[in-house]
Amino acid sequence: MFKKLKNMNARERMLIAAIFSGALLLAIFVLSFTISDGNLRANARIMDQGPSFSHPFGTDWLGRDMLARTMKGLRLSLMVGVVASIISVIISVILGVGSAVLGKTVDNVISWVTDLFIGMPHLIFMMLVCFMMGGGVKGIIVGVSLTHWSLLARVIRAEVLQLKNAEYMQISSSFGKSLWFIAWHHVIPYIMPQIIIRFLSVFPHAIVHEAAITFLGFGFSPQTPAIGVILSEAMAHISTGKWWLVFFPGFLLVLVAKSFDSISEQAHILLEPVSANE
Amino acid sequence: MSLKGEGLGFYYKKDKWIFNKLDIKISPGEVKGLSGYSGCGKTTLGKILAGFIEPQAGTVTVDGAPLPRKGFRPVQMIYQHPEKAIDPRWRMRQVLTESFTPSRELVEALEIRGEWLGRHPIELSGGELQRFCIARALNPATRYIIADEMTTMLDAITQAKIWHVFKKLCAARNIGVVIVSHEASLLKRLCDSVIYLEDVTAKGSAA
Amino acid sequence: MKDKAQSETLLSVDNLSIGFSQYIGGLKRRTIQVIVDLNASIGHGEVVAVVGASGSGKSLLAHSILGILPGNAIMSGRMAYGGEELTAKRQAALRGKEIAFIPQSVNFLDPLLRVGKQARIGFDRKTAAARQRELFLRFGLKEKDGDLFPFELSGGMLRRTLFATCVREGVKLIIADEPTPGIHPEALNEVLTQLRQLADSGAGVMLITHDIMSALKIADRVVVIKDGRTVEVAEASAFEGQGEKLAAEYTRNLWRALPENDFDLMFAGDGGNGHVA
Repeated sequence: MFKKLKNMNARERMLIAAIFSGALLLAIFVLSFTISDGNLRANARIMDQGPSFSHPFGTDWLGRDMLARTMKGLRLSLMVGVVASIISVIISVILGVGSAVLGKTVDNVISWVTDLFIGMPHLIFMMLVCFMMGGGVKGIIVGVSLTHWSLLARVIRAEVLQLKNAEYMQISSSFGKSLWFIAWHHVIPYIMPQIIIRFLSVFPHAIVHEAAITFLGFGFSPQTPAIGVILSEAMAHISTGKWWLVFFPGFLLVLVAKSFDSISEQAHILLEPVSANE
Repeated sequence: MSLKGEGLGFYYKKDKWIFNKLDIKISPGEVKGLSGYSGCGKTTLGKILAGFIEPQAGTVTVDGAPLPRKGFRPVQMIYQHPEKAIDPRWRMRQVLTESFTPSRELVEALEIRGEWLGRHPIELSGGELQRFCIARALNPATRYIIADEMTTMLDAITQAKIWHVFKKLCAARNIGVVIVSHEASLLKRLCDSVIYLEDVTAKGSAA
Repeated sequence: MKDKAQSETLLSVDNLSIGFSQYIGGLKRRTIQVIVDLNASIGHGEVVAVVGASGSGKSLLAHSILGILPGNAIMSGRMAYGGEELTAKRQAALRGKEIAFIPQSVNFLDPLLRVGKQARIGFDRKTAAARQRELFLRFGLKEKDGDLFPFELSGGMLRRTLFATCVREGVKLIIADEPTPGIHPEALNEVLTQLRQLADSGAGVMLITHDIMSALKIADRVVVIKDGRTVEVAEASAFEGQGEKLAAEYTRNLWRALPENDFDLMFAGDGGNGHVA
């Protein structure tokens, strides 16, 4: 039986929100594979058509189907997001834990670098990295990962510093357990919720930043089906009234980013012990 | 053969010694009480003997050799709050076997029930958790145990029961025990001799 | 007077139960029952000790009387104060005024605030200084002690400051939660004497502790709690000898198991525990 929304407990509401977001992302992912690449080919007969049944998102000035372009673009965004989030989380864990356990000098150096990265404007740094690496997927992934590890590294450092004084950690070392054993069995499970939350919340950043960088011309090459490319190309045509070229890809980009945001928010509430029982 | 602390001194703030020039010696099989009230430094002394803190002065030796920095420490400590001494994310089976795999006799003597092993620490009471802490500390390589207010948080019946078993186990293995407690009556009941830390510190700082 | 019998009971707690709702395995909530059936009462001028192990629910009793349980707590049962039901609204109005709470540790004092100032918190600004001096005198502190910081005071003085900060004139019910853990005998006696004096001046005192021996020095009655249930409400004088005057077997065992009494003699019979290599 379905309960009324307000009668559900916090966790049930949360789950529903997460299912909606997840379903949307899954739909995009599936669509991006099922739509044939043929729709991306230029077709002079169907140039500049508005939304219709055969082309729900319309077509562009080369007659390419916008639905297909948007889906393929979002798939690329998701892929970049996953890889960049994983890399940034790995950097955070290594630097955060290292900062906490490897002594004062290492801590000072890492903390200094962390502060530097927190203070740096993301977009400018990313543009620099992309430019250095010659754009493309690699440049964007490196750029996004390098700018999104610092906050989590700082959180992990604080958590591990606190955990270091826990009696069960000291007892474990008095049993002669190795650093690796302690890190793997005591430390990682302790910081896992933070890692998951951060992993999910870097995702929307990665996607939006990727689009922004590409839009500005530092990211993917024009032939790649990327959201940023679509949007920047469409800018030239928006003044001629072809609203669908911008609206659908832009809207879906926001929707995808927002979905991840809401999933990470739910995970945050669920995994944080203080709010977990509300 | 003994656990020896010689000329031990400790402070948090320079020259404000909590204790200084303190000598203490525990022989195998001996039960020594360490008495004092909250804030007198008895837990600190216990932690120094167990190698958890470095003293600012003096040395701790086990059977003639300094406390090993790596590997299993032959001086084990049992804390006041078992729920802090156990990783809350672990299951009790993992907790029980972290130090070594205890024999069935040991597990039975401590009345650890099989059904507890699959549970998380939060699902057990303080007395139940403390039995696990005792089992862990009774590694075959353990020579000395510092029991710091081990039963302070427990009710009197559980307290009596745990000490009853603990004393027997330690005696059977010839383990030297330091019982840290503020409760004079408990120490009188359990110990061969009692050190009153406040007397010692008064002398120590005067000397 | 016709309602004398009623007015003698200051606070009564009947069939109190407290549970906490928690999530298990995803979406299901379950309620963990911490207090099952708790009964206690305190009269004017009486010291009632509430005795139980940590985790028996005795601190929750204090929190429920003060109305400061956490949000996911579910409470049922009756509490009456001064003959009337103790509602959440009354709790909010009474706590800190007629109902005083003395916390466990002197760490509850603000280390960066002069103790005189701390004792003035909550008073009307114009009369605060005078009232604080009165309180200090009442608890045996000197006037100039008010200018000191907590770290400058001895343990016994800190306890008295804590009392002066928590207990105001007009207080009728004092709830002291474990005020004596492992403290120096002088400080311990200080705390116990203060509590007894407060009771002798007409207030009701609930002393929550697991130190039976200390509690017996000043208590009139003892409420024994185990696993969230009241096992027995006994006169303090019943705790003597082998506990023959105590009604419940648990209380008798508890009494006998004290290190001052039989301690582990009660387990000496079971040989099974001894044979461990």
